Amino acid sequence: MSDRHAAGNRNSSNRLEVRELSVSFSTYLGVVRAVRGVSFDLRQGETMALVGESGSGKTVTCRAVMRLLAKNASLDSGSISLDGTDLLKLNRREMRDVRGNDVAMIFQDPMTSLNPTMKIGRQIGEAVRLHNNVSRAKAKSRALELLDLVGIEDPARRYHQYPHQFSGGQRQRVVIAIALACDPKVLIADEPTTALDVTMQAQILDLFKELKRRTGASILFVTHDLGVVANVADRVAVMYAGRIVEIGTSDEIFYDPRHPYTWGLLSSLPALAQDGRLYAIPGAPPDLIYPPTGDAFAPRNEYALAIDDLAEPPLIRVTPTHYAATWLLDPRAPAVEPPPEVARRQRLYADRQVNI
Amino acid sequence: MKRWALYISRRLLYMAVTLWLIITATFLLMSLLPGSPYNYRDQLSQAQIDILDQKYGLNQPLAVRYVTYLRNILHGDFGISLQFSDQPITKLLANRVGPSMRLGLQAVAFGTVVGTILGVIAAMRQNTWIDTFSSLFAIIGRSTPNFVVAVILQFTFAVSLKLLPIGLWKDGFRSTILPTLALSISPMADAARFIRTEMVEVLGSDYIELARAKGMSETRLAFTHGLRNALIPLVTIIGPMTVSLMTGSLVVENIFAIPGIGEQFTKSILSNDYYTIMAVTILYSSLLLAVIFVMDVLYQVIDPRVRVEADA
Repeated sequence: MSDRHAAGNRNSSNRLEVRELSVSFSTYLGVVRAVRGVSFDLRQGETMALVGESGSGKTVTCRAVMRLLAKNASLDSGSISLDGTDLLKLNRREMRDVRGNDVAMIFQDPMTSLNPTMKIGRQIGEAVRLHNNVSRAKAKSRALELLDLVGIEDPARRYHQYPHQFSGGQRQRVVIAIALACDPKVLIADEPTTALDVTMQAQILDLFKELKRRTGASILFVTHDLGVVANVADRVAVMYAGRIVEIGTSDEIFYDPRHPYTWGLLSSLPALAQDGRLYAIPGAPPDLIYPPTGDAFAPRNEYALAIDDLAEPPLIRVTPTHYAATWLLDPRAPAVEPPPEVARRQRLYADRQVNI
Repeated sequence: MKRWALYISRRLLYMAVTLWLIITATFLLMSLLPGSPYNYRDQLSQAQIDILDQKYGLNQPLAVRYVTYLRNILHGDFGISLQFSDQPITKLLANRVGPSMRLGLQAVAFGTVVGTILGVIAAMRQNTWIDTFSSLFAIIGRSTPNFVVAVILQFTFAVSLKLLPIGLWKDGFRSTILPTLALSISPMADAARFIRTEMVEVLGSDYIELARAKGMSETRLAFTHGLRNALIPLVTIIGPMTVSLMTGSLVVENIFAIPGIGEQFTKSILSNDYYTIMAVTILYSSLLLAVIFVMDVLYQVIDPRVRVEADA
């Protein structure tokens, strides 16, 4: 259990520290425990991916950081500190100063994220002026600079256009420009490529890589697509049923995954599909109104142990950077052979480690 | 800009054609009206009727009368009233258009502005007592006839408090306050209801969430980002509302003893005062066409997606 808080001490290279965050929603059916004790750090200049299927709590976690949760949401416990300031303790005014300034967010659907009746130049300039006491002219030159930064051609002309005059990919670039308006310390991207077609996805991902290099912002990148993750992330946190089940560097997650859920996710990547059949994890995620007592993934897990029904596994340390919440890592657990594709990757990784 | 000029001139042409069709249809339909413009026709001899018909040009065939009428109105001559001692109709209406239009415009302006603010506040404070109060006000305002409101206002402000004149058109702006309030209740209620519904939807949209994520305050985002988008459907109902209020509410005009055109119109129809009916119809149609035109332009100002020009 002690390993769970291994990263708990405040470290000066940490921009964002999320500790034991729990969020629930009251609904007509009951209280949905959407996020159940999530902890992670986001370091300076680092890109971390938050991966999981729909309903795993990734978006709720992000929105909690922005404090932009729906009215029926309640932050039950935990803390979210940005450079040592607990965002959950700020009042509404103070939080508004953080939003868009220190922490900015990019939303999933660029087709609906921009105001259809306002020129995009004004929508960007507004973001600049909300947090900086600058003249309109100054805000405009900053907006033009941002449009150029995110790869919109002919900014001076585009500045005066409306969202419907932009394609989906271009609109997402504009949304990114808005997020970058005040040089945020933390950029939260909530499935920024999901609503785009594949070629656009690749371009936007390239843009993220470039922005990371040029702005030095820490990026929290939410996605349900592991293929996207490999491209941009330094570290990966895998979420399932409101918890982080595995967290590690990109290499560790892709080449040495330890959690059976991560195994399942990797095996269901189309590129890895064996004999032309696409693998799918059987079953469906648990009901979060009545979360299971043991391991939430156990019912879908072919490697499940007897203890999984009784006790929820803690995050167990694999390396100083790699943790996984599975009893398979307990010394008393029987050795199991992961799926063939994962085993192949682990061998590859082991060889590489030796060679280096 | 060139596109705009083209668009506007095309629209004006359509308006002229529409107006011509309306005039023609009304002229033909009116000739089918039973009765004649003369009171006590039974007591007139055929000779007297012939003389009168000749005097007013009613002895001519319909086609000739129609052409003559069209030629006359093109020269700004709308004929004389058969009812009110041969007064020129333009003069007869000119005195009455002013009060009706002024009341109508004041009522629409006041009603929609106050209604919009109520609607926005209700949407921002959804499901609180403010919202309930605003909805209740909208329902009561919508379902209470304006003449009831008029009488209540007269009783409260003129009879009991003696703050404002009870009626007539003699004290300038002060005489317009009560009738304006009475007329503005329904546009106010409509606007509040419309804006609330639209605003609730708009406030839940992604671009509002993005504005929140920028760090904007709720009030500011409601008015800068929300209202403009919520106003689009309101523009649709404001047009016809303006016309019907501008052309006068017969009952409210009567209650406040205001010399408006609502009253004039009814009188002219009842007495077969042909040229007055025509003139009021033309006035009403022109106003409606003008308002529809203004509405279409307004749409384009508010919503860039329906703009005629492709690029700026």
